[in-house]
Amino acid sequence: MSTKQNKIAEVIEASTAQFTAQCYELYEVPSLGALVRTGDIYGIVAHAETTGMEPGRKPIARGKDAATEEAVYKDSPQLKKLLRSEFTAAVVGYRKEGKIHQYLPPQPAKIHAFVYLCPPEEVDEFSKSFTFLNILINSAFSVPAEEVIASSLRQMSHVREDSRSFLVSAGKELANLLASNIARVRNILEKLKID
Amino acid sequence: MTDKLGIVVNASLEKGVEVRLDAPVSVEDMVVGRYVTIEGQKRRFFGMITDVRLGVTDESLSISPPDVSDPFIADVLNGTSNFGQIHVTPMLTIGGDADAIAEGPQPVKTIPAHYCAVNLATEADIENVFGKEDKQRFFVGNPLDMETKLCLNLEEFVKRSNGIFGKSGTGKTFLTRILLIGILQKSKAVNLIFDMHSEYGWKGTHEGGAPVKGLKQLFPSNVAVFTLDEESSRRRKVATDYVVKIGLNEITPEDVSILRSTLNLTDLAVEAAYQLRKVLGKDWLNKVLNLGEEELEDLLKASNIHEGSLQSLKRGLGTIGRLGFVVPEAKDDAVKNILDYLQQGRNVVLEFGRYQEIAAYLLVANLLSRRIYSSYQRKMEEAIAADSDALKPRPLVITIEEAHKFLNPEVADKTIFGTIAREMRKYNVSLLVIDQRPSGINEEVMSQLGTKITCLLDNERDIDAVLSGVSGKNELKSVLARLAPKQQALIFGHAVPMPVAFQPREYGSAASYKDFTSSSPSSPEKPPEDIEKLWE
Ligand SMILES: Nc1ncnc2c1ncn2[C@@H]1O[C@H](COP(=O)(O)OP(=O)(O)OP(=O)(O)O)[C@@H](O)[C@H]1O
Ligand SMILES: [Mg+2]
Repeated sequence: MSTKQNKIAEVIEASTAQFTAQCYELYEVPSLGALVRTGDIYGIVAHAETTGMEPGRKPIARGKDAATEEAVYKDSPQLKKLLRSEFTAAVVGYRKEGKIHQYLPPQPAKIHAFVYLCPPEEVDEFSKSFTFLNILINSAFSVPAEEVIASSLRQMSHVREDSRSFLVSAGKELANLLASNIARVRNILEKLKID
Repeated sequence: MTDKLGIVVNASLEKGVEVRLDAPVSVEDMVVGRYVTIEGQKRRFFGMITDVRLGVTDESLSISPPDVSDPFIADVLNGTSNFGQIHVTPMLTIGGDADAIAEGPQPVKTIPAHYCAVNLATEADIENVFGKEDKQRFFVGNPLDMETKLCLNLEEFVKRSNGIFGKSGTGKTFLTRILLIGILQKSKAVNLIFDMHSEYGWKGTHEGGAPVKGLKQLFPSNVAVFTLDEESSRRRKVATDYVVKIGLNEITPEDVSILRSTLNLTDLAVEAAYQLRKVLGKDWLNKVLNLGEEELEDLLKASNIHEGSLQSLKRGLGTIGRLGFVVPEAKDDAVKNILDYLQQGRNVVLEFGRYQEIAAYLLVANLLSRRIYSSYQRKMEEAIAADSDALKPRPLVITIEEAHKFLNPEVADKTIFGTIAREMRKYNVSLLVIDQRPSGINEEVMSQLGTKITCLLDNERDIDAVLSGVSGKNELKSVLARLAPKQQALIFGHAVPMPVAFQPREYGSAASYKDFTSSSPSSPEKPPEDIEKLWE
C-alpha cells in the first residue's frame, strides 16, 4: 500500500461484525458513515466517542477561569494524554484477491491493526454495489442505523459525478430491502435529500 | 417506451396472470385490451391486458402517502414501493420446439412460471397469430394502440352466421361496410343486404362530414342496388338496378305472425290469419282487405273466427296494404331477380328509402329471405343428390339490421332468420346480424353466431348477452366496457384465434377508397386475361 495512505487509528477491539479503533489524535475521528479500512476489511463508522483514559473516571470541568475553550487545553497539556477518541465501525465487506465482497469476512480484524480512511477512489470502487446496505439495516448500534446509512450514502454520493442518480439508486435498493417497512425507508430518504 | 413491461409475479389458469411493471413503464401507458406476450420457459403465451392496478409494498403508503412533490422521493419510490400492475388474460400459447411452432397457436392449458418476462406484443407476434393480408385475409383494422394490420380470414368468417353489436353511433354501419367489402373481395360468398336506412348501396351518412361512398360507387360491377322506394332513390341520385314490389298474394300468415307485436295484433288475430288463408287460398290477404260487409259476415259464420280478432287483423293488414311498395300482385318476381344477381356473384343491396318503419323492414326482409332460402335449400339438395360441388349455389350472406326484431325469443322460431342462424350454413346461407340491443336476441341464436364483433355497449344486459359463453368473459367485459364510443371494437369467436380489441380501419376518405379498391378487385378465381383469350 502506498505511504500516502491516511492512517488514522488502531484497532483496540474486534469481532466479526465490528471493530473499535482508537484515533491517533484526540478528536480526529472520521465522520459518521465514513468508509474505513483495516487490513482487507472494510468498515463504516457507526459510532464514535471521546472519553477519559481511565474507565469509570469522568474528567472534571476546568474552564471556569479560561477565556476560550482552546485555552483550557493549552493550560493543561496533559489533557491530551488523559482523553481519547475512539470509533466503532460496522464491518461491511472485505477485499479478497483484489475484489471487494460486500459480506462479512471469515476472520475479524486484528488488534493493533492500522485503520485507514478510504480515499475517494476507494469509496467510489466500494460503492458500486449496494449489498452492504443490508448489513447496515440489520445491525444494532447505539446510533440508529438510519442515521449511519444516510450519512454514509451522502458521503459516497460526494465522490460521484452524478450524485443524485447515485442516491436515487441507493434509495431504490433501500425501498426494496425494506419493502414492508416503508417508514424506515422514508426516514432515510428524508435525510438523503438534505444535501 | 421499451417493449419489456415487467415480470410475472402471480398466475392461475382460472384467474389469469399478475404482472408487476418495471419501474420505467408507466401504468398510464397500459391500456386495457392491448396485447402482450409472456416469454414462458417452454412456450410463449399471448394475452390481453384486462386490468391495470397500482400496488404498494407497504399498506401504510396508501394511508399516509409520501411527499411526492419532492422529485427525489418520487423517483426512489416509483417502481419500488409504489409500482404498477397489470392483469393479463392468456389467450393462446405457442410451443417452443419446432413441431409446436409448426402447429401454430394453441389454447391455453397452463400458466407461465414465476418472473417470466412480459413484453408488448410486436407486429410480428400479431401477424404470427392473425396472419398476413392474403387471398382470404382482409385488413379490418389495427389492434388497439398498434400500427399492425389486423387481418380477418373472411373465408372462415362467412362459414358461420355472425353478429355486429354496439350501441347507437358506435360505428356498426361503418364496420359492416368494411366487412362487406372484405367478403366481396376475399371470400366466395355473395351478399344480400337489407338496407333499412339506405346507407350501404350508394352512399351513407357520416357524422360531421360529407356523405361516404356506398358499395356500388366503389365496386360498380360487383354491386347492384335494388330499391323499394324508387322515388327516394331517384331523389338521392342513386343508380338503381331494380325496383322491388311485393304482391299481397305473396304475403303469408307466417309473415303476419312475426309482425304481431309491431302491428299490435292479438294472438287470436294471428290465428285468424292462418284460418283465413286456409279458407280463402293464396290470395287471402287481398280478399280480406277488399271484402264487403256481407261477405265478411258469411265468412265469420262459416269459420269460428271472432269478430274482434278479424277487425284487429284487418287493421293490421291495412297497415301492410298501405305500404307504397305493396301491390295486389307483383308483375315481376323480385326473388328470382335477386337470385339471378346473386348467382352471377353480384352483391345486392336492397334500399328501403322512405319505408323505414320496422313493419316494412320485418315484412320484406323476412318474406324475401324465406323464399331465397327455400331456393337455396332446393339447389343444395339437388347438388348433394348429384354429388356435385359445381351445382351448389354461391354461399350467401344476408345482412339484417335491428336483428332483435327478427330474432327475439317470441319470433325467432317463426322467422326464417331464426332457422338460418341455427343451421350453421347447412344450405350455404348465413347471416350477418347488426344490432344495438343484443339482449333482445334469443339466447340460442346468440350462441350460434360464429364470430361476434362488438363496439361499445353500456347496458349490462347487452354486455352479458354478447359475452355469454365466452371464456374469460369477465375480463373481456372490462375491455368491452372501455372501448371508445366510436370506431373501436372487440372481435372474438370462430374466425379469430383469440379475442382482440381493435380500431376498424378508416372508411370515408379518398385514400381509404383507394386502399379498399386497389387490393384485388373481386373474383380471384377469374383466370388471367391471356388464358381467357385462348378460348375465344
Ligand atoms: N371506420 C370508421 N371510419 C370513419 N369513421 C367512422 C368509422 N367508424 C365510425 N365512424 C364515425 O362514427 C359515426 C357513427 O358510425 P355508424 O353510423 O357506423 O354508427 P352505428 O353504430 O351504425 O349507429 P346507429 O346505431 O345509429 O346506426 C360515423 O358517422 C363516423 O363519423
Ligand atoms: Mg348504423
